Amino acid sequence: MTLPLQLWEGLLHSLRKLGAAILFLIEILKQCPAALARPRLISQQVRNSGVLSLIIIMTSAFFVGMVIGLQGYDSLSRLRQEDILGAGVALTLFKELGPVVTALLFAGRAGTSLASEIGLMRATDQLAAMEVMAIDPIRRIVAPRFIGAVISVPLLTAVFNAVGVLGAWFIGVQIMGVDNGAFWSQMQEYVDPPDIYEGVLKSFVFGTTAGLVAVFEGYNAPPTAEGVGMATTRTVVTTSILVLILDYTITAYLL
Amino acid sequence: MGPSGTGKTTLLRMITGQLRPEAGTVRVAGLEVASLSRNELFDLRRRMGMLFQNSALLTDFNVFENVAFPVRENTRLPEALIRQLVLTKLNSVGLRGAAGLMPAELSGGMGRRVAMARAMVLDPELLLYDEPFSGLDPISLGVVLRLIRLNNDALGLTSIVVSHDVAEISHIADHCFVISEGRVIASGAPRELAESSSELVRQFMTGAADGPVPFHYPAPDYAEQLLGKPQ
Repeated sequence: MTLPLQLWEGLLHSLRKLGAAILFLIEILKQCPAALARPRLISQQVRNSGVLSLIIIMTSAFFVGMVIGLQGYDSLSRLRQEDILGAGVALTLFKELGPVVTALLFAGRAGTSLASEIGLMRATDQLAAMEVMAIDPIRRIVAPRFIGAVISVPLLTAVFNAVGVLGAWFIGVQIMGVDNGAFWSQMQEYVDPPDIYEGVLKSFVFGTTAGLVAVFEGYNAPPTAEGVGMATTRTVVTTSILVLILDYTITAYLL
Repeated sequence: MGPSGTGKTTLLRMITGQLRPEAGTVRVAGLEVASLSRNELFDLRRRMGMLFQNSALLTDFNVFENVAFPVRENTRLPEALIRQLVLTKLNSVGLRGAAGLMPAELSGGMGRRVAMARAMVLDPELLLYDEPFSGLDPISLGVVLRLIRLNNDALGLTSIVVSHDVAEISHIADHCFVISEGRVIASGAPRELAESSSELVRQFMTGAADGPVPFHYPAPDYAEQLLGKPQ
């Protein structure tokens, strides 16, 4: 097969998959009201994918915050503008790094476990057994997990942002000696509500993406050990690429 | 009954509406399965139970919750009644004492019996069994075999058992159909089948290695292939 033909085939394959994923999303959204009527199932999923991701999110956030604090201090001190470190760090985190890094970590920590969990349920006929018991697996299994991700990612992003700012404050103010008052007041001065909204919008879009990719890959995984493994890998790869593409698209649209 | 790969499980999946026939119709309780809407299909499924080959228990729930699952999801019965219902069904398969165990702690035979209790918990009219004996030791097999017949009679249901364990099934079946390559090739009481005039049916009932179902998968000429004539 020639290269252009291969590319064309690949494109067609991706488009077909995108179409299938959108149809799957519609199917899930139709079942969402019924799933939302059972808050216990949802809170259980928020715990599984959200609360249990807190440690990795907070640890990563603290170090990301420290490194931006350090780099920011280095760049700004050359311009003798160390005082706006707080503003710079907050804008970087709230608008970009918070939502993006949280979504990437979420895909690795929670997306993979969702995909393999659902894939294994399919492989061991648990989903088929539910179907036969007149229980819709999309409503009972898929929708609560999807909603759990849509709720968790924005909350985790908020935690990431807060801990990230603390990391930058620790390096900037405590270690490098930036003025404490300037750090916080410049942040208040320069960070406006639209900056926050941008991050919130992104985190919802990324949460939806990460959740959908994970449940879609899991639900459609071939019922074999290799199939479930591949689905787990594809969850991380697809989510990461989609999040980065969507991040650019949203930023370009909003700015 | 029928050799592996002749479409027995496919047939069961058509009865439950998991698969749609490309041609022909499947009628259950007077309803044509393929033409039902999703809601009607779900209503029909509440009237049947199915036992999967690998039990298909929910691995996150213990035995009690597995049996309670269809009740909780499909009805709004009070907790006390669910408890009674589940314990009664578990008792009828002899596993009331195992209610607190997780599926991973069960032997193959016990898993099969829990799945049986789960399939029966809503008192279906029709129970489908997909290879209920595969991989069971002789004692478990005997227990499952006896339970299929007992429950069928005690609950007044119709049981369809898909199996290739000829000897076992002959003990409990009222009527057998032998399927081969997607067709019914013989039917009747187990005793009649054993004396069938069809060679294929006899091969199946006696388990002969070669016969109308050949020992060899279709292959090119043996000598030619060994002597390395390029294809």
